[in-house]
Amino acid sequence: MILIGERINAGFKDIGRAIRAHDPEPIRRWAREQAAAGADFLDLNIGAVSKNPADMAWLVEVVQETVPTPICVDSNHPEVLRAGLEALDGRPALLNSTTAEDEKLEKIVPLAVKYGAGLIGVAQDERGSPQDVERRVELGAKIFMAATEAGLPPDKIFLDPVLMPIRFMQDQALKVLEAIREYRILSDPPPHISVGLSNICSQAKERGLITRTFVVMAMAAGLDAAICNVLDPDLRAAIATAELILNREIYTDDYLKVWALRRSKGGM
Amino acid sequence: MPVPEVRESFSQAIYTVRLGASWEEGGTRTKVVTVGGERALPFHHFDGEIPNPPVVAMEVWDIPPEDWPDPVRAPFQGVLDSPGKWARKCVEEYGADLICLRLVGTDPAGENRAPAEAASVVKEVLAAVGVPLIIWGCGNPDKDNEVFPVVGEAAAGENCLLGTITQDNYKTLVAVATAYKHKLIAESPVDINIAKQVNILAMDAGFPLEDLVIYPSTGALGYGIEYVYSIMERTRLAGLGGDKFMAQPILCDIGKEAWAVKEARASKEEQPSWGDERLRGPLWEATTAYMYLLAGADILIMRHPQAVRAVKEMIQILMRGRG
Repeated sequence: MILIGERINAGFKDIGRAIRAHDPEPIRRWAREQAAAGADFLDLNIGAVSKNPADMAWLVEVVQETVPTPICVDSNHPEVLRAGLEALDGRPALLNSTTAEDEKLEKIVPLAVKYGAGLIGVAQDERGSPQDVERRVELGAKIFMAATEAGLPPDKIFLDPVLMPIRFMQDQALKVLEAIREYRILSDPPPHISVGLSNICSQAKERGLITRTFVVMAMAAGLDAAICNVLDPDLRAAIATAELILNREIYTDDYLKVWALRRSKGGM
Repeated sequence: MPVPEVRESFSQAIYTVRLGASWEEGGTRTKVVTVGGERALPFHHFDGEIPNPPVVAMEVWDIPPEDWPDPVRAPFQGVLDSPGKWARKCVEEYGADLICLRLVGTDPAGENRAPAEAASVVKEVLAAVGVPLIIWGCGNPDKDNEVFPVVGEAAAGENCLLGTITQDNYKTLVAVATAYKHKLIAESPVDINIAKQVNILAMDAGFPLEDLVIYPSTGALGYGIEYVYSIMERTRLAGLGGDKFMAQPILCDIGKEAWAVKEARASKEEQPSWGDERLRGPLWEATTAYMYLLAGADILIMRHPQAVRAVKEMIQILMRGRG
């Protein structure tokens, strides 16, 4: 499971303030904590307080000075994405994200190709978020085709079927699970499949329980990446256990320890 | 129609384990042995590098092995009560890559020899041969924990392979191996989950994963060999696939198992239709060893010189495909 740490996002007040003031300390702290918890990528998002590409470049530099973890540059604006990519020191990166809109695909897919980054493609377009399985598959396939034609291999493409809050759109989670199964058969090898995991529990009371129950069900359907709260130990334990049940890890009584070691020591 | 590309590549090599230490390295060995390092399934030279051939350790006991049948005693006539001479014969006449010294005499259920006696045998064997040593305890955990601190010190700096640690008994041996610079055999009872767990426990106790050898238990041909085979195969696939707790070289205790079964032991008088036991016994041992080579064995412990010769020839043949 590829875990993308969600915490360095200007939507969080401390991060928003830090970006405005160019104060590196809060950024560094969350970078270290998420890396230690086992994040494969750190998502960096300035959107709530800035559209200035220079702010993204600054953020990337601060994180790179702090931890060796790969970076997920997160923005709706191609120029902000480009600034983040240009600031990279050569470590692996993800772009978060393009949608299925032609204008977005035309600008963002070439960026991923040029910088050798992975690309998250969200199954949305001008008409907004899909409400059914068919539309999710159609938009996902469109992104997949555009990225493949531009030269991205399937293992650099991450399709996001758009997860919605269970509290407000209860019928959608099941449709996301079905879309995940459909994405798995788009190609061989299949693309990665990623969700913004915390969406599922938005404004619900049992946030942790809903999130980890969903992620386990989604992993069984084929989910292999998530932007999520990697600092939640219960979520990490649920994911480690799902990987065990999916037979990706040889069982031992200390499998949770093995999972944590593997992530903290880089591929153990 | 083009031939499809079926070569496999793996993300991780098996750990390379060096046994024995030369003068420059703080020991007295004239020969050191390196096992592991492969990046492919056994003898799949087309998939990845297999830098080190499997090696054969020959077995020597600290007391005369009363229960060995005649055909496997005969080649060691006159030296079975002298571990040093026995070991030298194994190396000089029979081509052993290592000596596996088994401290059977320390067993409380048998002669119950003192740790100091065991240590003097270890020194005798170290003085008699230049190859690296495997030193195997009697298997009684409490006694092994008394013996190994003394034996480990007697062989300090020689970079021996000591065994075995198990899920229930590992702390003393880990401390001994760390203090006196030896490597360890991690034993499990034909159980891949426990094999992994023992390695985790050793690591938790501060022992490096790259200084361990996995002993998954061994079954003789006809006696559960397929269970061990599949566990070794799965272990190796996990190790090559990136699981560092499963990426150790594997050791198989061939002679002990092969010579314990009636197919190897029974005399021609007892089983007239089975043929001459002087040929059948070594054949049983060699055939058992062939199977374990194919399952991924890096170190084979063996007894009969004829079986050893046959297996060493087989290793040469199987290594020929190396690029």
